Amino acid sequence: MAEILVKNGYVIDPAQKIDGDVADVAIRDDKIVESVSSGARVIDARGKVVMAGALDVHAHVAGPKVNVGRLFRPEDKLFKSPEAQPNYRVEMGFSVPSTFKTGYDYARMGYAFVMEAAMPPLHSPHVHEEIHDTPIIDQAALPVFANNWFVLEYLKKGEIENSAAYVAWLIRATKGYGIKLVNPGGTEAWGWGLNCLKLDDPVPFFDVTPAEIITGLMKTNEYLGLPHSIHIHQNSLGDPGNYTVTLDSLKLAKGMKAKNKFGRTQVMHSTHLQFHSYGGDSWANFESKAKDVMNYVNQQKNITIDLGCVTLDETTTMTADGPFEHHLNALNHLKWANTDVELETAAGVVPYIYDKDIKVCGIQWAIGLELGLFTKDCMRTFITTDHPNAGPFFRYPRVIKWLMSQKAREATLETFKHRDKVIDATEIHGIDRELTLYEIAQMTRAGPAKALGLAGMYGSLAPGMDANVAVFNLDYKKMPSNPEKIEQAFQRALWFIKSGEIVVKDGEITSHGNKRTLWVNAKVKENPQVVRDIHEKFIKDYTVNLDNYPVRDYLAPNPFVIDVDVEA
Amino acid sequence: MPKIVTDVGCPYCGASCDDLEILVSDDGKKILEVYNACAIGNEVFHHASSPDRLKRPRLRQPDGTYQEISYDEAVDYTAKVLLKAKKPLIYGFGSTNCEAMSAVGRVAEKSGAVLDNCASICHGPSFLAIFDNGYPSCTLGEVKNRADVVVFWGCNPMHAHPRHTSRYSIFPRGFFTEKGQRQRKMISIDPRETETAKLADIHLMVQQGHDYELFDAFRTVLRGHDIPDEVAGIRKEAILEAAGIMKNARFGMIFFGMGCTHTDGRNHNVDIAISLTRDLNTVAKYSIMAMRGHYNIAGPGQVWSWQFGFPYCIDLTKGTHAHMNPGETSSIDLAMRDEVDAFINIGTDAGAHFPIDAVKHLRKHPFITIDPNICMASEISDLHIPVAVVGVEEAGVVYRMDNVPIQFKKVVDPPEGVISDEQLFDRVYLRICELTETEPTWIPAKGHAKAPVTAGQ
Ligand code: SF4
Ligand SMILES: [Zn+2]
Repeated sequence: MAEILVKNGYVIDPAQKIDGDVADVAIRDDKIVESVSSGARVIDARGKVVMAGALDVHAHVAGPKVNVGRLFRPEDKLFKSPEAQPNYRVEMGFSVPSTFKTGYDYARMGYAFVMEAAMPPLHSPHVHEEIHDTPIIDQAALPVFANNWFVLEYLKKGEIENSAAYVAWLIRATKGYGIKLVNPGGTEAWGWGLNCLKLDDPVPFFDVTPAEIITGLMKTNEYLGLPHSIHIHQNSLGDPGNYTVTLDSLKLAKGMKAKNKFGRTQVMHSTHLQFHSYGGDSWANFESKAKDVMNYVNQQKNITIDLGCVTLDETTTMTADGPFEHHLNALNHLKWANTDVELETAAGVVPYIYDKDIKVCGIQWAIGLELGLFTKDCMRTFITTDHPNAGPFFRYPRVIKWLMSQKAREATLETFKHRDKVIDATEIHGIDRELTLYEIAQMTRAGPAKALGLAGMYGSLAPGMDANVAVFNLDYKKMPSNPEKIEQAFQRALWFIKSGEIVVKDGEITSHGNKRTLWVNAKVKENPQVVRDIHEKFIKDYTVNLDNYPVRDYLAPNPFVIDVDVEA
Repeated sequence: MPKIVTDVGCPYCGASCDDLEILVSDDGKKILEVYNACAIGNEVFHHASSPDRLKRPRLRQPDGTYQEISYDEAVDYTAKVLLKAKKPLIYGFGSTNCEAMSAVGRVAEKSGAVLDNCASICHGPSFLAIFDNGYPSCTLGEVKNRADVVVFWGCNPMHAHPRHTSRYSIFPRGFFTEKGQRQRKMISIDPRETETAKLADIHLMVQQGHDYELFDAFRTVLRGHDIPDEVAGIRKEAILEAAGIMKNARFGMIFFGMGCTHTDGRNHNVDIAISLTRDLNTVAKYSIMAMRGHYNIAGPGQVWSWQFGFPYCIDLTKGTHAHMNPGETSSIDLAMRDEVDAFINIGTDAGAHFPIDAVKHLRKHPFITIDPNICMASEISDLHIPVAVVGVEEAGVVYRMDNVPIQFKKVVDPPEGVISDEQLFDRVYLRICELTETEPTWIPAKGHAKAPVTAGQ
């Protein structure tokens, strides 16, 4: 029995409405408890901020397209990889770090859980192999559904029950967590080099529209009562003027109610909203529509979002939105990788440089932050960079700095070559809001935990929660006047205790911890038609046999399985 | 009663077929029949069952003969060789599972070795081109279900990947390709009249070593410019005809092989092939794919990319970084410059594939072969460690030529006492930790057993 007492820190725990009270956090084994014995190891947190371990609701950290990004970009390693810590694995890569560096860097920032945001089902053994090699952090992965032939066929006929039976089977087979949608219908169209840019653009041959796919999968999700809602990357990502498509798809959630036993209240999570909040009709008159989009999000309580903030780095874009990557490649002419996946999805990968001296990049930077600053509900607004698409995940501390400090935002704005044009096309310059530590904790802890249906385990320091506790070098009562100190504090936790084990001390890794893979075991009653359909498609269309398709248990050696029983 | 094991993967060529059925004897020890495989695949399974398989490691004696030793002794020998050497090279991995590739990563990092795989001598030039130009590709099922134009450039699947055309590329009837072969135009570009060329609708007999010019001619024509009356030994009209077919595809596919990577131009041929694919994507949907040779030679490129960021030629001797620079850190170049002072050959036959001068240099230092069978490398080794045959006696993940992971099964037990590549590397790793008095680090946990499928059934 191991006991730890984190003593006298400024505790910030929105789930318990605690904002900076000086208190102790007691840990026994892998849980937070009311109190511990006098023999507990004491960590002195006096004058420091104490928060629960953070959750990343959306990052691309494991799987085929991530690995394409690593493989085809040796330049992402050269002079950009830190020296390995003695006795730990080497840490290679910048925008697409190796699995080891990924686990270490998240832990150094006090993250306990990371959601891999897009798992191509056929490649799910690969995703789990990488998760297996990512130390410390707990992980789950969202299989992609919105271009899957089974789903397109069921939804075209409005067969929600069949869709649900298939989705449940696939989530089980891939050891996945929920329902991801990427460019609904558009990625299947990309199989022919086409796209669906509007919600009523029918998918070639399948003759179902993006709107029908979104609504159908939303219903499927609530029919199953999954811990997370549908998680959607909308159509027309990255296009000037796309905010109308964004609003149209958000409106599809209207009137829908969350049905689950996990405490989740949203029916739609709209991801990396920055890429979807664009006005204008060309790159020349490109402008922010963050305010319009957030006005809608603020009033529509059954939606959650994450930001997808641009961090102004050289990075590697990667998405199951195959046509978007092809389009992006036509703009920047760098190398282009693509992987279309039979019956299921696609993926594209293109390096990208968000140059602070390019007007559009500056505007994108502003939009991501505006979304966070215009929010009226930090419990529904989460910090991400859509890693690595808008920037690498280890820039979260920088994003937090920008959100917490107008001075920091202005300082960055000052460095832009097209400062005035960026100011004209956005509202960032006029915003004096500075988010508080409490709000940051909502956006990185309590909020995402609730949206993922994991509020009973993560995101809080209440007794009974998993013992994930981070101590940061910040004085709640005397926040630094230099915003750089905020970034530094969140970059490297003083202490991070993950599942009751000290894994970081003074910003350095001290243990490989004991990571877990979370997956959802959704059980529906036997559906003979869907079973038949699955067998038939594997015989006729797939090139892998059905028996070899489901991820074998040994590939996820530390599973945490969430059972969902659907009574018909 | 003999029993049938179904959905078995074939551990031979890069087609990585996973639909084999194997009839196994009553006691589960012997393979009686192999169904669905091509002749080569058939042979692999029967060979594994041969009674004269080695069952223990063999160490070379001062008189030149081999003597059996225990696995413990072999592990100890290997660990000490790796620790003593300044620049040990661990090379091969064409024929093992990803679990072994992951385990060896730990060993190479701990001991400070160079890690390389057979891509170094086959599709290495393709990697160079991919680093520069990308890789617009797809899974083989996309070809099966959509492709109406298929180009084989510098490759001969009818010989090297016997079931490729029937399972994936030419004959199968897929979702949008109900008419199978009749719905597909097949183009072969090869200086020889191969079996594949004979099957094709069009065969362009490119002049040996002039592939780049022909690719260039295609790009020129597709962009609406004129070309000379003959390019690379092909008449203009033939080029125009082929270019017309390519352009009018709904979904086109270019497969390329060592005929591109091992002729004049090498990586430049692949580079321009990728550019051609990019061009074609402006008028139709196009993908390109390397015809990888072995059933899991795509595996090390995947595993080591997620562990180290590089697919091959990985120098870990610095201890704090991984470093890749083909030409400098590639196996043959290292060996030719005599920089390697210990060599481990695993799951391939460097004895047969390396230039003789490279082998001569390697032979001056400790030389270890890890392979189920006797091969040229094992016959010139100081130590030969036999292991279980992956895909027959050992399960595991393999990556097909299209980078799709396939979970291969185990069909029969290995000979009594014979261990897997993964177990061997884990034991070497533990021995290195003992010898260096350091703590082993497992990520995230050790002790998992390979379990049967339970999920999703
Ligand atoms: S085509 Fe290749 S993988 Fe398939 S059975 Fe033949 S040798 Fe084996
Ligand atoms: Zn994303």
